[in-house]
Amino acid sequence: MFNDKVIDHFMNPHNAGDMENPDAEGTIGSPVCGDIMQIFLKIEDNIIKDVKFKTFGCGSAIASSSVATDMIKGKSIEDALKITNKDVVDELGGLPSQKVHCSVLSEQAIKTAIYNYAKKHNLEFEGLKGFNPDYDPHEHHDE
Amino acid sequence: MKEVYLDYSATTPVKKEVLDAMLPFFINSYGNPSSLYKKGREAKAAISDARKKIADLIGASEREIIFTSSGTEADNWAVKGAAYGNSHKGNHIITTKIEHHALLHTCEFLADNGFEITYLDVDQYGMINLEDLKNAIKENTILVSIMLVNNEIGTIQPIKEIGKITRNHGILFHTDAVQALGNIEINVDDMNIDLLSISSHKIYGPKGIGALYINKKIKIPNFIHGGAQEYQKRAGTENVPGIVGFGKAAELAKENLAEHIEKLTHLRNYFVDTILEKIEEVTLNGHPQKRHPGNINMTFSYVEGETMLLYLDVQGISASSGSACSSSSFQASHVLKAIGIPLENALSSVRFTIGDFTTKEDLDYVIDTIVTIVNKYRKISPFYKEKKG
Repeated sequence: MFNDKVIDHFMNPHNAGDMENPDAEGTIGSPVCGDIMQIFLKIEDNIIKDVKFKTFGCGSAIASSSVATDMIKGKSIEDALKITNKDVVDELGGLPSQKVHCSVLSEQAIKTAIYNYAKKHNLEFEGLKGFNPDYDPHEHHDE
Repeated sequence: MKEVYLDYSATTPVKKEVLDAMLPFFINSYGNPSSLYKKGREAKAAISDARKKIADLIGASEREIIFTSSGTEADNWAVKGAAYGNSHKGNHIITTKIEHHALLHTCEFLADNGFEITYLDVDQYGMINLEDLKNAIKENTILVSIMLVNNEIGTIQPIKEIGKITRNHGILFHTDAVQALGNIEINVDDMNIDLLSISSHKIYGPKGIGALYINKKIKIPNFIHGGAQEYQKRAGTENVPGIVGFGKAAELAKENLAEHIEKLTHLRNYFVDTILEKIEEVTLNGHPQKRHPGNINMTFSYVEGETMLLYLDVQGISASSGSACSSSSFQASHVLKAIGIPLENALSSVRFTIGDFTTKEDLDYVIDTIVTIVNKYRKISPFYKEKKG
């Protein structure tokens, strides 16, 4: 059902855990499926220097969280905002179709953390235009 | 890699003795049981022998056991048969919120076709209240269908008392005994049962064969129409090897019942007690005593059930959960919902069911793996706050 890369990220997730004094934090979840992802960022000079996450969800949600946090580490905020759930799935080498929706959580968590950061510092990012932090990933049709 | 199968309520392996009993009916005595020559007569005699063994296991007589393709067919036949066979008397059926889908979806079909269904609530242990049942019975009630043992949480219903109530009211009583067979004592007369569904593959027999017990005092219309097989009650050339296997499995189940119950109860209690001792914030779902001897359904707070299943699978361990995040319309188990478990705990529940081939060493391996999983994934759960000190 799952490829080796997904299993590896699920069994040994990267960037998992807490962060002290993060510069940005975002939590997103779906009341429908029960999955919740929390993300913490350290940001210096517009660059994501460090990232941690906590996820309550199925194996695909955890593997997506792991790989998505790897993908944004060291990137500029603008580049991090460009990452879509499809990029996360591609990086994982694919997810079973009924599990693709689990990757949406990662994309949304990253955007939520940056949205909160932008609000706090009164910043504007092109990649956040039209972003709604209250959006439910399960209304999204991803197949 | 070590492999541990802890999903005996989903299905069981076929026992060697069962397979050996079946084999001649594929290659030697393969005749049609309706044929008059020797090969046919051999097959027919084997069916009769198997029927007797199954009847013995539940305290019935041979003519009361009618073979079906599955427990699901038996449930469909019993409920639709009782409903349509008594529709001149009424259209009301009483069941519970925790039945198997074979029952619930059959009731939904009947509800779409003019029948009225009452779904009884259950308490926190999954037990129905007999007063609720009495209060639900109306002039037009024609059938009560309540499962003997629940497949998810293992709770055993007070079937004998339910049967007394239905007998007093002259209402038919069906019970889905698929999980109960071979795991608790069943006596259809003592328990006042009219119709009872069973299945072979839950008791170390082959898949594709089940049976419906129909009390000789009652009649329901046929479900599968055709030839004169099964006392003209269920048409279709008999699944002879399947029937023989089911018979052998029933014979073994009867011989070993006391020992089987004792062994499973002991292993189950060891598993539950050790987990509760080693891990905080874990609960056992279902009734603490009145439960299937091999059923363990536990909530491991803050760890998603599917996460646990996937990790267990990678470690060679097979278990199941009542819920899966597999589509955009997530549905928690209807049974866990009915016993009042909040959604987040229902999402963190896993079922382990043990059986005749389970050993203490197997359970120790599973327990160690669960401890690893819970520690690992609680640390990364946004809900979990580690208790200090």
